[in-house]
Amino acid sequence: MSGLVIDDVSMTFELPNGSKVEALKNINLEIKEGELMSVLGPSGCGKTTFLNILAGFLAQTSGHMTINGHEINGPHPERGMVFQHGALFEWMNVSKNIGFGPKMKGTPQAKIDAKVNELLDIVGLQDFGEKMIYEMSGGMQQRVALARCLANEPDVILMDEPLGALDALTREKMQSLVLDIWKKTGKTIILITHSVEEALLLGERLIVMAPRPGRIHKEYRLPFAELGVGADLREVKRHKDFGPTRDEILNMIWDMEEEIMGRTEDA
Amino acid sequence: MGQEILAVIGTTLWMIVGIIGIFAIYLAVSGLCYFAHNLYSRRKESIKGYTSLKTVTFGDESSVTANRVASIAAVITLFLLWGIATGSKLLPPILPGPFVGDTSFEYTAINATGDTADATVFVRVHEAANKEAGKPTITGDGGAGFAKADTVIVPERRTKIIKVQNNDDGGKEPGFKVTAINGLAIAPKQTVPFKDGEVYMTAKGSLSVRPRTGVTMEALYLPPPELVWTRFVNVFQNGYLGVGLFENVFWSLIRVVIGFTLGCLFGIPLGFAMGLNSWLRGWFEPIVEFMRPVPPLALIPLIIIWFGIGEQGKISLLFLAALWIMTIAARAGVSGVNIAKVHAAYSLGASKRQILSKVILPNSLPEIFTGARVAMGVCWGTVVAAELVAAEKGAGKMIIAASKFQLTDIVIIGIIIIGIIGYGIDVLMRIAENRLVPWKGKG
Repeated sequence: MSGLVIDDVSMTFELPNGSKVEALKNINLEIKEGELMSVLGPSGCGKTTFLNILAGFLAQTSGHMTINGHEINGPHPERGMVFQHGALFEWMNVSKNIGFGPKMKGTPQAKIDAKVNELLDIVGLQDFGEKMIYEMSGGMQQRVALARCLANEPDVILMDEPLGALDALTREKMQSLVLDIWKKTGKTIILITHSVEEALLLGERLIVMAPRPGRIHKEYRLPFAELGVGADLREVKRHKDFGPTRDEILNMIWDMEEEIMGRTEDA
Repeated sequence: MGQEILAVIGTTLWMIVGIIGIFAIYLAVSGLCYFAHNLYSRRKESIKGYTSLKTVTFGDESSVTANRVASIAAVITLFLLWGIATGSKLLPPILPGPFVGDTSFEYTAINATGDTADATVFVRVHEAANKEAGKPTITGDGGAGFAKADTVIVPERRTKIIKVQNNDDGGKEPGFKVTAINGLAIAPKQTVPFKDGEVYMTAKGSLSVRPRTGVTMEALYLPPPELVWTRFVNVFQNGYLGVGLFENVFWSLIRVVIGFTLGCLFGIPLGFAMGLNSWLRGWFEPIVEFMRPVPPLALIPLIIIWFGIGEQGKISLLFLAALWIMTIAARAGVSGVNIAKVHAAYSLGASKRQILSKVILPNSLPEIFTGARVAMGVCWGTVVAAELVAAEKGAGKMIIAASKFQLTDIVIIGIIIIGIIGYGIDVLMRIAENRLVPWKGKG
């Protein structure tokens, strides 16, 4: 079966002082091909751990994860990742960064160049191919990171708070770009964020996670991502369901945070 | 033990006084130059840059740039102070120099019978370099009575003992003695001044002529700039002890380059291994951490015992000097790699080998360059020190040989050349760094 299947995945580790941390407990998910899923939760709920396990950088302690029918064990170009701060290679120019994946596979240079040009177009950096990374703003760097990930044609794109470090205006533009790319390429995208609005806008499916142990708390199916494709995102935010859903989730997370604070104060 | 420590404390206190004195002079000149520069630059209209509009400059390091006028003035000041202190001929005399020329004084002697007589001593003080100064001529009657005129030749800043009684009638008889110089009474172990110096009477009654030494420094301690320049031209053309100046410097440099290259060749892979593998890190850490704080100079005796004084020993020493620095720099470079970049590369399908060459190596280049600059500096210092101990050719060998013949000018030439080359190496490394690692500090 195609798509991503997460079957009862847990992850427990020991701290140096001997106490056990249940970072993730019994996660069950089935993500279909082409789905756009956002993951939300208070800090410490294990959402980044979850993504790192999906990417293959960490190992789960129990359960199974399969993509297109085969087990995930380690990083693989089928699962591309976009990091919070880009994690670009600043010793290469923009084109070389974007072409990194194909180059590693030994793709002929002409093909890489064509691909890079196409992607520069998609992310709106037509004239920046020769620029060095350190000459670009944070928003542009994130566009490069997106393009670099797309160049490898992954089946799944994992995004770890990719827009978290951007200013509000750039962020909005990038949200539109993510939606565009999702629609154009039909990729499965899993996006972690701590902005509730972003999670609503960029998730057909929204997972709210809860901490201690990290687990799935609630799941939503939302219409906003579909509405947002090619449209004004501010218009989408005025949708009658947007405000109430946002408030509901905010309250939910607020309660979790309170609970954590209360517990630490007790301890 | 206690007394020795007291002596050290005493010396230190005197040094503090000296250091403060030297600094005070240098800073005073700096203050004067600053004042003059301000007077001059205030009259000029200059275009204001962004930095010049900053009102908070005290504490804002970015607005503090080296004032090039100050740098140039400082170097000129150094040369001026050097010239003044050594009584350079390029400058008008500012500090009184040693007396050079002809002078004379008169002595009064009393003989065995109790008569007194006066005679003149003609003194010719010649420059240290002038080895063929002739005797001064006796003018006038020189001496009336039993005392006869004398002549004496003294090199500048030196003293000379003269037995004036030797040519006097009855000078060898008991009871003969010199009683006054220019009418001023003198007795054994006493000093009496005359117009161009002083006369000291030894315990046995001989006269010691001491022409005025002035307050400038003697060339033995610090030669004036023009002497150093002449010597430089000479050494440049003819070499020193049969080895050309260029050859000496070349040999020092070639040792540094070979030792440093070997250090990089082995140190960088070793550092990478330590940064990438737990077993290798554990295996090499004790030796690296132990050898790192051992100054390479401390290894010289052992190196000489093992390898002798040939090239092998010096290159081994420089190799060891560079090795640990480069190892630690490369290791720091690996640990400085942002893990997200490594993750990204793996996600993009890179193999371990590709990660090493395409991610870890370029990412650790800034650290490696910093290490290389340090290593080059240490190697350059070590090669000079090693040559001081034992070498046939090299900048260090040149100055240690010259110091044994009191050729201070060659020592100073050597020091200046060593300094310039050390600085040149650092500048070259920085240029290479800017070319090869333009992203440094911008990641």
